[in-house]
Amino acid sequence: MIAKRGAFIISNLTKRRQMRCMKAFLTPAALTIAVAICPVQTAAQDSDFLPGGKLVLTNATSSIEGSSGGGIATWATIGGLETDRGFGVTGHATIIELPDYGWQSHGIAIGIANRVELSYARQNFDTRNVGAALGLGRGYTLNQDVFGAKLRVAGDLVYGDPLMPQISIGVQHKRNLDGAVTRAVGAASANGTDFVVSASKLLLSRSMLLSATARYTAANQTGLLGFGSGTRHDYAIEFEGSAAYQLSRRAVLGAEFRSKPDRLGLGEDDWMDLFAAYAVTDNLTLTAAYADLGSIATFEDQRGAFLSAQLAF
Amino acid sequence: MFSVIFALAMMQQSPPDSAEPVDWDKEFGVEEQARDPQTGEIPVAEYPQSHDNAGAAPMDDAAIAAHFGGREGIRMIAARTVELSENDPRIAAIFIAHDTVRLKRTLAEQFCYLLAAGCDYTGRDMAAAHAAMGVRMADMNALVENLQQAMREHDVPFAAQNRLLAKLAPMSRDVITR
Ligand code: HEM
Repeated sequence: MIAKRGAFIISNLTKRRQMRCMKAFLTPAALTIAVAICPVQTAAQDSDFLPGGKLVLTNATSSIEGSSGGGIATWATIGGLETDRGFGVTGHATIIELPDYGWQSHGIAIGIANRVELSYARQNFDTRNVGAALGLGRGYTLNQDVFGAKLRVAGDLVYGDPLMPQISIGVQHKRNLDGAVTRAVGAASANGTDFVVSASKLLLSRSMLLSATARYTAANQTGLLGFGSGTRHDYAIEFEGSAAYQLSRRAVLGAEFRSKPDRLGLGEDDWMDLFAAYAVTDNLTLTAAYADLGSIATFEDQRGAFLSAQLAF
Repeated sequence: MFSVIFALAMMQQSPPDSAEPVDWDKEFGVEEQARDPQTGEIPVAEYPQSHDNAGAAPMDDAAIAAHFGGREGIRMIAARTVELSENDPRIAAIFIAHDTVRLKRTLAEQFCYLLAAGCDYTGRDMAAAHAAMGVRMADMNALVENLQQAMREHDVPFAAQNRLLAKLAPMSRDVITR
């Protein structure tokens, strides 16, 4: 790597500097040391396992499904701070405090060369008093694992043609750990796989980030209430959209929308949120949102605070 | 133990020909490039000059340049960007190897031209200027960060910063070669 890069960039001036440095070490043994310490400058990150290099916030935050995105929407972005080579990684934790429920999720995502993202998230949905009312028991918690893979197929979030977004395709395989409950509410299955196509672009001239995702899914309440209804998996295409305004390099304000089906006849609503994200450091991003998750299992007006923290390298 | 010390001592001996100064420049084929005494720049091979070389059309907004402190502010921002980059361990090597006296001038011309502040761009086109430089996406991001810092230091409002970046970002196609 060093040699390859050197070939590109070491020209006369660097050679001269290096020679001057080496002249200070004119004995053979010392020369070896000199070679090691005289500045043959290469990009410092070349050999690092986690090279970093993305512009701050362009790895996005972590969505509730563990994939890089906004809070409730998946974006075309790839998690992790790596650029077109090396690995990146993010870890996150999210809570949503609702009138009748408590959401907690956490997960990790690995980015590979800003091309592939592999993610995992665990969702824990505390039914609190609703659990008692539904006969599940007070504080019964629905749990789900989400395994995701995403591939950037074209475009770049920031660079290239301003009208050409970054486009990614992805799968999210969800395994609900409460099959008895999903069956009881009438879902066809406790497991399901979502297929997503996303397009996202940072419109620098307007300081706006726009993102749209089509999700082909059979999930009820993202899978917490299982998949399909009766005996059918009845997939449908749902929409996720986000718009965010960059206040500064580190701060964005935005809004999100996510359409949802109502297969189970429990009055499942579309979701939306208003969020503010702040990159406290290049590695730590905090997101606070006001989320409106509508009716969940017939308990209406589930609006509340969404808080998320993401560490990224 | 003793033999190790002995070996080290032997290795520390000066090479026999060290009395004769070695012309290291010659050994490594370093050629002196004369700077123009007037401009301080190293002359470049002739190339066709055109505003098209700037890589984008100027903004259609007479007020934008004021956010950058006019021509003088733009000149200082461009120079500061180059200075920061020369001292940025991530990309310094790319800059040390080139004539940054010229770059400060031509980069300022390009920004000034794009910001409709009434300059002519006299430099090369982006593909020619960056050919064989081996710029990667991470280098590009590092340069953007340095430009952002320079603009911040000159109190350019963030939305105006982004409008300049919007002009530059599509040029990545000609700049990023690896
Ligand atoms: C869109 C992004 C970029 C723009 C608009 C840009 C603009 C320019 C301009 C106007 C010149 C002067 C050409 C001339 O004097 O004829 C130049 C040269 C140069 N650029 Fe860039 N540049 C960009 C990206 C980069 C990056 C990412 C690097 C390295 C990290 C870089 C390193 C250089 C160097 C070292 C030169 C001097 C070339 C020479 O004198 O031979 N540039 N650039």
